[in-house]
Amino acid sequence: MAKEKFTTLKSQAVPLPIENIDTDQIIPARFLKATTRDGFGENLFRDWRFNNDDTPKDFVLNDKKYTGKILVAGKNFGCGSSREHAAWAIHDYGFRVVISSFFADIFKNNALNNATLPVTVSEDFLKKTFAAIEKNPATVITVDLENQKVSLEDGTSESFDINAYKKTCLANGYDDIDYLLSLREEIKQFEIAR
Amino acid sequence: MSQPKTLFDKIWDAHIVKQKEGHPDVFYIDRHFIHEVTSPQAFEGLRKRGVKVFNPARTTAVPDHNVPTIDQHLPIKEALSRHQVETLRKNTEEFGVTLYDLGHPYQGIVHIVGPELGLTLPGMTIVCGDSHTSTHGAFGTIAFGIGTSEVEQVLSTQCILQYRPKTMKIEINGKLGKGVVAKDIILYVISKISASGATGYFVEYAGDAIRNLSMEARMTICNMSIEMGARGGLIAPDQITFDYIKGRKFAPQGADYDKKVAEWKQLKTDEGAKYDEVLTFDAADIAPMITYGTNPGMGIKVTDRIPTAAELKDISEQTSFNKSLEYMGLEEGTQLLGKPVDYVFIGSCTNARIEDLRLVAEIVKGKKKAENVEVWVVPGSKQVEEQARKEGLDKIFEEAGFQLRQPGCSACLAMNEDKIPAGKYCISTSNRNFEGRQGPKSRTFLASPLSAAAAAITGKVTDVRSIV
Ligand code: SF4
Repeated sequence: MAKEKFTTLKSQAVPLPIENIDTDQIIPARFLKATTRDGFGENLFRDWRFNNDDTPKDFVLNDKKYTGKILVAGKNFGCGSSREHAAWAIHDYGFRVVISSFFADIFKNNALNNATLPVTVSEDFLKKTFAAIEKNPATVITVDLENQKVSLEDGTSESFDINAYKKTCLANGYDDIDYLLSLREEIKQFEIAR
Repeated sequence: MSQPKTLFDKIWDAHIVKQKEGHPDVFYIDRHFIHEVTSPQAFEGLRKRGVKVFNPARTTAVPDHNVPTIDQHLPIKEALSRHQVETLRKNTEEFGVTLYDLGHPYQGIVHIVGPELGLTLPGMTIVCGDSHTSTHGAFGTIAFGIGTSEVEQVLSTQCILQYRPKTMKIEINGKLGKGVVAKDIILYVISKISASGATGYFVEYAGDAIRNLSMEARMTICNMSIEMGARGGLIAPDQITFDYIKGRKFAPQGADYDKKVAEWKQLKTDEGAKYDEVLTFDAADIAPMITYGTNPGMGIKVTDRIPTAAELKDISEQTSFNKSLEYMGLEEGTQLLGKPVDYVFIGSCTNARIEDLRLVAEIVKGKKKAENVEVWVVPGSKQVEEQARKEGLDKIFEEAGFQLRQPGCSACLAMNEDKIPAGKYCISTSNRNFEGRQGPKSRTFLASPLSAAAAAITGKVTDVRSIV
């Protein structure tokens, strides 16, 4: 199933300078009960966003100053549970890029499988990014997939790594599964030979 | 002679269907487990594409996350939970996958069921849409958690696309002290290397302290590999492994078993094989452990003080540290020892096997729980529950005032009816102390079954060594 294609994204960003954000915070377990992939954005960071009585808390997603398709987070983002619901929630809420200095493995993979680009930057660049947003919440960050470059408005930029295969998939909206399905015969042979 | 190889590389190489430079490996999966939470969207994907399950015999399903732990014969009260379990029923039936449903003698937590049925065997590749799939690594398997898109890949092709992770050896040598068990070993290691210390790696546990552990204790260790960021962790199989497997329901039997054992004996790291990283610990340095914060890396010896923000190695972590202590309602630099707790949870895929229940029973036999605590013992599977009754452990728990419940994930995650109320402290044998993990605003202290049992008796954080 084709997904949206990723080229260059220019957007404002939402800062979340907290480390070790685990997938239980991104989407608490009690919201994992849906049997479809849609609608998880509503409960993204639920317990940080809302009080028990559903009134909004003092949290960055409730602050109108901050908006955009880029989430900037502290190191070790997405650790914990393998729930892909975390990646769905982030995508469904409207984010297309997460910038951090370190991502948990499973989250990174899940994000890439859902048209969301995890951009790993240096601690130093991450600090500069937070500082730029703090100075001007409307600042625009540019994420260029083709050239693997992330830049701030003042011209500071850094290149980031992405695996060539995943890059092609994101840029073209391909899905791993289409590729695997084309290999079913080969896999059958492998299975028989074992 | 060919290049010496690690056990990990041997198993990995034997499962590559196709390999291409710059491209992830097409990786064959021997055993696939599914549960109700992370599989519905995968089956939906198959339906949309009009694809069948590639090899239904290689997938086994069990409901565990959403299930109630009392009155399991009644319909699940909460509509969304019921719907998810019913969806699993419907999907497994439609696609011809074996399901051990509620009430079935093999039902339980997915990572407890696989090993006890002999579905988990050395040398296999095993995945499940669940990060604690690493548990199965105790048998010398490459086992790791995957996302739902990958569950769909496995269902439809028995393969996923994977990049080979780096390898790390964690060696633990020496003799464990009194009151120190597998859970303390792994909490200790995570406290030393942090919750992200092994990200990007697959870990092999080695050393005589690991060799001397039972299979169930090894599972506890491998289970928590993910809590230091590792993709998974494995332990080379040995006679202890082969003895555990012998005679289990789906394990090879008779001559087949003997042949397999001969093969499994080859499953070890060659002399001189290189790991990307090697860490060594001394078992004698390990004490009963407890966590004070909101990630499993925030652990201390139960007799130690909580560190102060100023003592942190990395000052950039101060904000997270302070936030964590505020959530937990704790002061930096203070002791946890003697802190009253409200709940004791003995359960989860980390510590709900029969040996865990035996450890608890040994401590509480003839004693009563403290008035201020509620104690839940939730066996990991129907078979564990049965065995506990056979051994009379149920009587011991009952006399102590513990509730022995029915199998499921229970209070390990706040997805079913078992939740720790806001603000309450729970000493828990599970694997995660994240904010809200056991219920909105609940506060978790991770510890071993022994430490949990001790806290149940005294009603507060206790050094188990002081009561045995
Ligand atoms: S017991 Fe806890 S960690 Fe284990 S599978 Fe269930 S929810 Fe996950």
